[in-house]
Amino acid sequence: MLRKIRIALSAAAFATVTLLFLDFTGTAHRWLGWMAKIQFLPALMALNIGVIAGLVLLTLVFGRVYCSVICPLGVMQDIFGYFGKKAKKNRYSYSRPLNWLRYAMLAVLAIAIAAGVGAVVSLLGPYSAYGRMAQTLLQPVWMWCNNLMAAMAERVDSYAFYTVDVWMKGGITLAVASVTLIVLAILSWRNGRTYCNTICPVGTVLGFLSRFSLLRPVIDTSKCNGCGLCARNCKAACINSREHRIDYSRCVACMDCIGKCHKNAISYTVRRRPATDSGETAAPSDGARRSFLAVTAVTAATAVASAAGKTVDGGLAAITAKQAPRRRTPIVPPGAVSLDNLTERCTACQLCVAACPNGVLRPSTDLARLMKPESSYERGYCRPECTRCSEVCPAGAIRPISRADKSSTRIGHAVWVKANCVPLTDGVECGNCARHCPSGAILMVASDAANPESVKIPVVNTERCIGCGACENLCPASPFSAIYVEGNERHSLI
Amino acid sequence: MHKDINRRDFLRRLGLGGAATAAALAGCDNVAEKTAGKLAASADDIPTDRMTYRTNPSTGDKVSLLGYGCMRWPTVDGSSVRDGESDIDQQMVNRLVDTAIAHGVNYFDTSPAYCKGHSEHATGIALARHPRESFFIATKLSNFAPETWPREKSIAMYRNSLKELQTDYIDYMLLHAIGMGEGMEEYENRYVRNGMLDFLMKEREAGRIRNLGFSYHGDIKVFDYLLSRHDEYKWDFVQIQLNYVDWKHAKEVNPRNTDAEYLYNELASRGIPAIIMEPLLGGRLSNVPDHIVSRLKQREPERSVASWAFRYAGTHPGVLTVLSGMTYMEHLADNLASFCPLKPLTDDELGFLYDTADLMMQCPTVPCNDCKYCMPCPYGLDIPGVLLHYNKCVNEGNVPRSSQDPGYARERRAFLVGYDRSVPRLRQASHCIGCGQCAPHCPQSIDIPAELHRIDNFVEQLKQNTI
Repeated sequence: MLRKIRIALSAAAFATVTLLFLDFTGTAHRWLGWMAKIQFLPALMALNIGVIAGLVLLTLVFGRVYCSVICPLGVMQDIFGYFGKKAKKNRYSYSRPLNWLRYAMLAVLAIAIAAGVGAVVSLLGPYSAYGRMAQTLLQPVWMWCNNLMAAMAERVDSYAFYTVDVWMKGGITLAVASVTLIVLAILSWRNGRTYCNTICPVGTVLGFLSRFSLLRPVIDTSKCNGCGLCARNCKAACINSREHRIDYSRCVACMDCIGKCHKNAISYTVRRRPATDSGETAAPSDGARRSFLAVTAVTAATAVASAAGKTVDGGLAAITAKQAPRRRTPIVPPGAVSLDNLTERCTACQLCVAACPNGVLRPSTDLARLMKPESSYERGYCRPECTRCSEVCPAGAIRPISRADKSSTRIGHAVWVKANCVPLTDGVECGNCARHCPSGAILMVASDAANPESVKIPVVNTERCIGCGACENLCPASPFSAIYVEGNERHSLI
Repeated sequence: MHKDINRRDFLRRLGLGGAATAAALAGCDNVAEKTAGKLAASADDIPTDRMTYRTNPSTGDKVSLLGYGCMRWPTVDGSSVRDGESDIDQQMVNRLVDTAIAHGVNYFDTSPAYCKGHSEHATGIALARHPRESFFIATKLSNFAPETWPREKSIAMYRNSLKELQTDYIDYMLLHAIGMGEGMEEYENRYVRNGMLDFLMKEREAGRIRNLGFSYHGDIKVFDYLLSRHDEYKWDFVQIQLNYVDWKHAKEVNPRNTDAEYLYNELASRGIPAIIMEPLLGGRLSNVPDHIVSRLKQREPERSVASWAFRYAGTHPGVLTVLSGMTYMEHLADNLASFCPLKPLTDDELGFLYDTADLMMQCPTVPCNDCKYCMPCPYGLDIPGVLLHYNKCVNEGNVPRSSQDPGYARERRAFLVGYDRSVPRLRQASHCIGCGQCAPHCPQSIDIPAELHRIDNFVEQLKQNTI
């Protein structure tokens, strides 16, 4: 029964978190966005004391149910493990804990957070690792299905579905996600929760707490006949059936062993005495663990496929696809407060990237901010009515911001590139940047000061520019716009 | 002789036939009453002997009030020739012509230019299967291209019309679309300097042209000039654009056009019968906004929306025939229902239609006919795509005026989702830089950049929910 409850809850939680990464309409976030905010590491980054306290309390009462139910990466491994068990029954066995590795990884993480080396946090965090997979591997499939539905809806004159652009947002992120997926799939297929009990820093912290948990599975030695069936079905490899002992720091409270025992010797019950259990010495690490570390350290980069110029039929002029200019300072969305704030807190889960409806956010390829979001305006611009990324961020890297505040937050400033400006190159009236500037920061002035009749060119009033990128995106010059946005390191109010 | 009749006589003589038919029918034939004028499922449901006729004062021709416009013949792939690429569906043309003639339609209007130049040929084949005296053929001297201006080229075009139409005389010959392009200058080039007008008048004297007239679009100076020479040219008829919107709002629809009220009255004051084109304003009076549909349908639930426009045109007593380019049998059936017999609009109903026109002007569609002359836009926009999407939304009631509208959310979604479906993002109005290179090419004189910026502004309001 307990196992069934666990499976039902974890399936619901897993589906919910996955949906958050798939949904591009913002509907799911309105109701289920809290699912991302109760993830441990993002809550820690956001200094969300309530959530952290709640999770600590949860673990102190029930053990590591977080790892079995709430953590999407944990549930994902259980799914692979399920198929692994189908292929070969009773495949697990007890192993000693690798405490040195666990605490070392935790220390690395702590140091990384303190030192602001975000790449480590984003690589190690279980939630963000899952987010990357969902966003880079699942969301495109979801979007293609949606586009198929949209095509059908169009045929029956329904507006229920609309077509969305599916594009490669970050090659490095895709590669990291793919490698993580493959490694985790193999590990969990063969050995269950190896990652959770050796590398995952959240697992280590919660494992430390769960040793003192109120409720726990206990082996009744009077009933146990030492058959070892429980140990061979324990994905956490934490049941020492010979000694009738369970390593509660690694037990993820999955309740599998309770049902497996023919003698009903295991029960989930209230603790009586403080336990003094846990392995003392290091066991030989197996090859798989090493390979995981090795592989995650290597991040293979694949080339970003740039959108080729569209071939069009007779009546339509060809359009050259825009290319991103080289920006000295990256742009980060309103709510990020500053480049530093975003870099420090972001766990690179890609939730904002998945949610951005305007094709603006994409993971950075810069090593210092690897896989963390940045803005660019070739596909769209940061539209005044949208605050989606600030609503979904669970880590406080992009803080909630109102539409009004957003419209007066300077995230960057527009820079004019004379060589590309269409009135000067084509000799025609333009002013598309000025026409679309939401803050009225662009003025059109005669290009020849002496001749008021000469073609008009844009000038930017930097004081009023908020860096939304409407000008850059809608500039007729391509591949490089005649006006582009430079990021502001620290955002400020007009 | 006919020049001696005054206006009142003329109107009476012209209108007599129609009024008599309608009066005779009122109350005497219950079966016909039940079916006539109502939405007909097929032409078979419409009596074949109830067509309203008007009498041409100069020749005494009894012309059916519904005339067949032959510029939208169907193609084998099912579309209208103007839209599709494939050939005319001759079998279908024959069926349409047979059905029309069976119901009393006897006026067929074609041109050497229609259907990529194939209309006369197809019309000729279909009509040759009927006795020559049972119908009237109207065609035009469509010498638009400068290379057809020389006298021999224009005469060759005229002779070719006779050959294609398999006849040795034309009942109604038109100078085609005078007032277009450069106005007077173009008229002089096409018909005066090459002596073609004299030639056609000689042909009329010889009996190979039974009626000579002109069709008019555009520059009102040419229209006024030709009428001022009526004593000399003796126009037997003139073809004008007339419908209940153009009656008073022609300038709003298209600044180059002139109110039909003026055109019609000018003709009526000289006793010249009018032949009506664009009674549906290029289809825009059949595809109308939802609130207009319900308004018209509420008043006459069993008649089609288009029937109002046809009855409107036919109600004017100085009208000889109302042309309709009927591509499908359904068009023909619906129009036959309106004219077999015509039930003239009452003054009350006329007032109702003028009020309807005023309403339509409040959320007007852009008068784009998708001719694509403005394309390609050098900056990649799909100009007709944007304008037609906007018109479609106007007609479907998906252009919300305020976010407080009850259907706002649905309308907003339909407009925005439909916009992305109709026009790729990079070709939408937001990319119009206003260079203005398109505007001079528009035959409807639409201020394209202004319209695109207006639509873009509207889209922004919808996206930002600030409407």
